[in-house]
Amino acid sequence: MSKLTRRAFITTGVIAGGGVMVGIAMRPGNQIKDLAPKLGKDGENLVHTYIKIDGDNTITAVIPHSEMGQGVHTALGQMLAEELDADWDRIKVEEAPALGEYASYSAGRRYLLAGIEFPKILIPTVDGMMMRVADTLNMQITGGSLSVRSTGFLAMRIAGASTREMIQRAAAKSWDVPVDEIVTEKSHVLHIPSNRREPYATFTDEIASMTPSQTPTFKELADYKIVGKYVPRRDIPQKVDGSAKFALDTRLPDMAYASVLRSPVPGGSLVSLNDSAAKSMPGVIDVVKIPATSVTNMLGEMRASEAVAVVADSYWTANSALQTLEVNWSKTEYDSVSSESIYEQFDRDISARIDRTNDRLEGEVDSAFSRAAKVIDADYHVPFLAHTCMEPLNATVDVREDSAEIWVGCQNPLGFRRVVADFLELDTEKVTLHNHIMGGGFGRKSQQDFVIQAALISKSVGRPVQLIWSREEDVRQDFYRPAVQSRFKAAFDENDHLIAWENTYTNKNEPIEAPLIPYRVPSQDIGYVSSPVHIPFGAWRSVDHSQHGFFTESFIDEAAKAAGKDSFEFRAELLKDSPRHLAVLSKAAEESGWTRPLQQGRGRGISLQESFGSIVAQVVEVTVIDGKLSVDRVVAVIDAGIAVAPDGIAAQLESGIIYGLTAALHGEITIENGSIAQSNFDDYKSVRMDEAPKIETHIINSGHDIGGAGEPGTPGIAPALANAVFDATGLRIRQLPLGNFDLNYQAEESGEVA
Amino acid sequence: MSTSFMINGRQRTVDVDPSKPLLWVIRENLGLTGTKFGCGIAQCGACTVQVDGEAIRSCVTPVSSIEGKAVTTIEGLGKENDLHPLQQAWIDHQVPQCGYCQSGQLMSASALLTNNPNPSDEQIDAAMKGNICRCGMYGRIRTAIKSVNANAVASSGKSELYYNAGEIEHV
Repeated sequence: MSKLTRRAFITTGVIAGGGVMVGIAMRPGNQIKDLAPKLGKDGENLVHTYIKIDGDNTITAVIPHSEMGQGVHTALGQMLAEELDADWDRIKVEEAPALGEYASYSAGRRYLLAGIEFPKILIPTVDGMMMRVADTLNMQITGGSLSVRSTGFLAMRIAGASTREMIQRAAAKSWDVPVDEIVTEKSHVLHIPSNRREPYATFTDEIASMTPSQTPTFKELADYKIVGKYVPRRDIPQKVDGSAKFALDTRLPDMAYASVLRSPVPGGSLVSLNDSAAKSMPGVIDVVKIPATSVTNMLGEMRASEAVAVVADSYWTANSALQTLEVNWSKTEYDSVSSESIYEQFDRDISARIDRTNDRLEGEVDSAFSRAAKVIDADYHVPFLAHTCMEPLNATVDVREDSAEIWVGCQNPLGFRRVVADFLELDTEKVTLHNHIMGGGFGRKSQQDFVIQAALISKSVGRPVQLIWSREEDVRQDFYRPAVQSRFKAAFDENDHLIAWENTYTNKNEPIEAPLIPYRVPSQDIGYVSSPVHIPFGAWRSVDHSQHGFFTESFIDEAAKAAGKDSFEFRAELLKDSPRHLAVLSKAAEESGWTRPLQQGRGRGISLQESFGSIVAQVVEVTVIDGKLSVDRVVAVIDAGIAVAPDGIAAQLESGIIYGLTAALHGEITIENGSIAQSNFDDYKSVRMDEAPKIETHIINSGHDIGGAGEPGTPGIAPALANAVFDATGLRIRQLPLGNFDLNYQAEESGEVA
Repeated sequence: MSTSFMINGRQRTVDVDPSKPLLWVIRENLGLTGTKFGCGIAQCGACTVQVDGEAIRSCVTPVSSIEGKAVTTIEGLGKENDLHPLQQAWIDHQVPQCGYCQSGQLMSASALLTNNPNPSDEQIDAAMKGNICRCGMYGRIRTAIKSVNANAVASSGKSELYYNAGEIEHV
């Protein structure tokens, strides 16, 4: 307690209008002198202030995460409202403003890890969780499927429960009755023996002077009325009548529009530019060169090459004029790089094993392989992938003499605000950022390149500018899910037991556990080699799990076949020590009718992948007739610990599966002459209505720590699909996308591999 | 050069380049931002509006080609207390995630139901496959479309939207 009081505490503060705000806050005047001057008025200038209670008893949950369709504003609001015993029908949710630049990654970590006392139940996970809270809250990052399990589990619940306790104490004092006789329901306090009932708002003055407990008593799971129940998402009504405002819908007086073209090969620069045709077009205001930029952020170094933008009175004019530019880009050292050369490089580097680093090394791998009765091996690879959010990248920036204002939808409002301030050489306080709901994010909208461009263009032309990337620019200038190769070897003893697993892949990012397998294999050697490429890396939905789920869950299927065993039974035997995994896998088998025979031409495949704290199993059913693949049905089971928003989890599973299915069937960014060959939805295809399978979702509430939901649906679809194709055709798919293969032709080849 | 057409029941005249796509006229000149830009080449359907009751991709439709016609955008489909039955179904089935494609999805779906109140799965595929949803809510979209009672659209008075010339309001 004392340490906490010294460093940080949960705070309350009266706000304009007589309401009260509650949140976890840094304490002004603490020992970290360099941060103190930046702290503002108590409760107001802090990122994590979560609750407002207005005079009319309306309660607002202030959510420090961005909404991109995952329903986070509703789910976190549920967690807060539950512990607060609030009336859900009168709860409002709003996104926290982009304030709190003091809370950088390291400072946040230093603060939040330093001696905070948490409820005993949390202590075993506090270290890891607080790291995540520091990352996500202070940086305002939305990603890593973290919002519910970090911000929700710790911050929102604590704010809700401690506020409820303060209100109970205030009511007890006011009514002169014991506090344990005070109960709460639907934003009201009740004292039943004396038949008294008052709205929470009655006591806001009293609680404003109290210090909230940082170790409040949480409700029992069985008493939950809002968490774990179906509640309609709060953001949906505005999304069916066109009234929802995305960043693209920003309209400002005197606003101009811009379209941009960046060097097609990363690292290229402008050698010459003829813009005379563009400048002569009616409506064109200016042609602006944007220098190469580089930013170091939590995701590593973000580099963006030189670019040129056309500014006009209409986006259509700007983009049409952009097409008339005659641009010569410099030669780069990457001009001869192709997808083929990259895969050759990967193959070479995996074989050379230079500086191979282990993720896991256990057992006696070498001796297991030398005494094996049977050994199988295989090479897999996957291509680069773009994000293609439905809403193309855009940002509106108004740079004035000594300030700037930004309208954007992004996954890191604080980081975006800071980087714009840096590039404009303004104090961060002089920059205001209005974050919007995003038309998809998937990781792409955590990179700041496009907002920097918009800021520099606005500064150059001296008026507000809305920069919109064409879809072509969006596809060609992404930060990509990397292309990866993965080489496997497995050993069996004379009884067909899997005794050794060896895996070497290229280029590790995160999460670190992505390539690990949950199966009990006595000897394992899993590691990676570095094989750098010039195509920029980006976090893509489920990040490294997106490739490793496909690799490991396909190769374990090959191992099952090599052992002559059923794909489900083989996995289940290796999961005897992992009851959670086994329960999820078994439920998927059961719900899908795993043992039911299928007609000729049909096939069934299974996968299991733990990611972001959740375990997901999927069974896919396909039909392959005359080489034409149809994905008929997906049965998905998730154990996310406790389902806070069950329909939200179902929706996220469905979404993650279709996102992964697009990649499995169609997704391929190829490199030609150092640059991206694809450009739009005609050559970088998405799954559409006619290809979408029936998806059935099932949730297991195991009561374990809350897991993520946004990403765990994605990794398992590709391997379950490829395994189903094998079941139907005998063709083992070891490269994605599946659309590249002639399933009809290959099926003739007696179980040959792709 | 000026082009005149009806949009959501109001007669409008715009003085723009006749080749300017309807999408950008709607968003920039008429200030209606519910219709979205997604690809610019009629591949994603985010820009779908109805012209004389047919779903079209406004990003590749020159404004001059709709002279004298009737355009309906999402803003004309229905509002909070006067929702199109499909909009209510979208809420009931919690269809949208990010929501960016949903204006286009609803304009395609409402055109479908006006012409065919009881579409089969194949007919839904055919009418809706021009609309990409990167959040992958196809199953919910299909369920929502099928949940709308065959007579609901007709009885809601939204079967022809602003196609009916009697609703013209001059501005």
